Amino acid sequence: MAPSGANQESKATNGRELPSETAPMEKHPAPLTAGSRFARLTSIGVLLLGVVAAFLYLGGWFSPQKLTPGRFADEFERVNGIHSGFRRNHAKGLCVRGFFDSNGQGARLSKAVVFQSGRVPVIGRFSLGNGDPHSTDALSTVRGLGLQFSLPDGEQWRTAMIDLPVFPLKDPQAFYDNLVASQPDPNTHRPDPAKGAAFLASHPETARALAIIKSHAPSSGFDNTDYNGLNAFRFVNADGASTYVRWTLAPVQPYEAGTGASPDKNDKNFLFDGLIASIHQHPLQWHLVMTVAQPGDPTDDATIPWPEGREQVDVGTLTLDSVDSEETSPARDINFDPLVLPAGMAPSDDPLLSARSAVYSQSFTRRAGETKEPSEITPSEVRK
Amino acid sequence: MSATTTTDRQRFPGSMRFLHWLMAALVLTMLGIGIAMVASLGDYHSLVSIHRPLGIAILILVVIRFVNRQFSTLPPFPATMSSQERFVAHASEILLYTLLFVLPLVGWGMLSAARFPIILFGSLHLFPILPHSVMLYAFLRKTHTFLAYLLFLAFVAHFGAVLFHTLIVRDGLLSRMAPWLSRAR
Repeated sequence: MAPSGANQESKATNGRELPSETAPMEKHPAPLTAGSRFARLTSIGVLLLGVVAAFLYLGGWFSPQKLTPGRFADEFERVNGIHSGFRRNHAKGLCVRGFFDSNGQGARLSKAVVFQSGRVPVIGRFSLGNGDPHSTDALSTVRGLGLQFSLPDGEQWRTAMIDLPVFPLKDPQAFYDNLVASQPDPNTHRPDPAKGAAFLASHPETARALAIIKSHAPSSGFDNTDYNGLNAFRFVNADGASTYVRWTLAPVQPYEAGTGASPDKNDKNFLFDGLIASIHQHPLQWHLVMTVAQPGDPTDDATIPWPEGREQVDVGTLTLDSVDSEETSPARDINFDPLVLPAGMAPSDDPLLSARSAVYSQSFTRRAGETKEPSEITPSEVRK
Repeated sequence: MSATTTTDRQRFPGSMRFLHWLMAALVLTMLGIGIAMVASLGDYHSLVSIHRPLGIAILILVVIRFVNRQFSTLPPFPATMSSQERFVAHASEILLYTLLFVLPLVGWGMLSAARFPIILFGSLHLFPILPHSVMLYAFLRKTHTFLAYLLFLAFVAHFGAVLFHTLIVRDGLLSRMAPWLSRAR
């Protein structure tokens, strides 16, 4: 290797022509006393240990109680068990494809390419909000939709939305504490109601959010419900002006109330099977609606709805026209990280956004390296 | 031969010293950001947004540094160093150069294998350099962590060796790379 050659050449030159210059600084420093040598060696040791300790401190090694993405994922695994190859939350899912037709109305809010008039391809995944990939569908379970918009300049926009009108947990610590409170009791295999009550008592914002959530009866299926981004984002337009927004996908399919119990007791996948049937009949559509904040509206707390009457901008239509099992769709391997944003869209000060990005990444890294078990919704189920 | 020339022959050229200290600052910052980021929730996004462009900057700088080194005259090792010590010093240099080159490439490669956007600034992003495979991603993600710890240990060893030469052997090793002007002799 060249550096070696260079050094040897220098040494050779040195040896032949500059014999007196091999020790340039202090040719004969006075010998150190034993005490001085010991003190200097100790200083070196202390300095090196200090560097290592500072590094480990940054990595959280001295704060075992600190919430980290790893501890979040561990807690999901404690509550749900480890299901090889599946997401740690929103584990049961079905993949879809389609496109987004932007009407250009969003361009005054954000310079993101996705809001210029035109069509971009979309791939997505419907899911249920729990960690069991084989859970029985229930109307009361949170429904999720993750989308990836592929923009013509190579940028991407990813978003993960749910059907709740507000999010019941205001920050990562509340999310984690709620997860711990929902851990099944080893004897009853059900969450301890006392722990849930204690959590609500200490989190009034969650109680208020749940009251709003309960006033919205769940719809009958995946296809006729809203999906909400919930966390606020900051949009920047071509003039550099910033606006805070929250977004909603509003279904074109008419709302139909769910009937409470599962309509078909024999089909544990009735929600997913309903989605498959309806997408085979006709493409499903949603309007993407941006709600624009006024000064003073909370941008850092998704438990609080913005006041009625805020300006709403319909920026285009999402069409989903094909459906795939996770086993045959690339959407299984997409991390719907809410902070994969094109230029013109940025996070707000909501602490959940960065935490979601971190924990999704941890979940993705864990499942990426695992054997992929078959999905509950198989390719043959999708073709029925 | 003047005293100044003699001193200059004992030192790395200005370009090499500049790149060394610039990269030392960037790499230490990078190691700190890297280990803090994986344990962070609230700061994760800001840290990772710095981590990506900084990693690419280090990749570009290490290439420039390597090329620059090929065109530079290196000072001799101090006479106080035995041939074994010279071998270890040289091997650790090769290890550091290799890690500074491979670590950013593995980072770029792992995000490529996950088909995760590699955003540098605004809409500027990098193209993928590996095929789409989440298994490959998982392997490279572990490799990235392993190499980062190895780089940190190599840095600690390098720092320790320089401290030993400066405080115990007192052979002026540091003056070969020091950013300041050494005393004329």
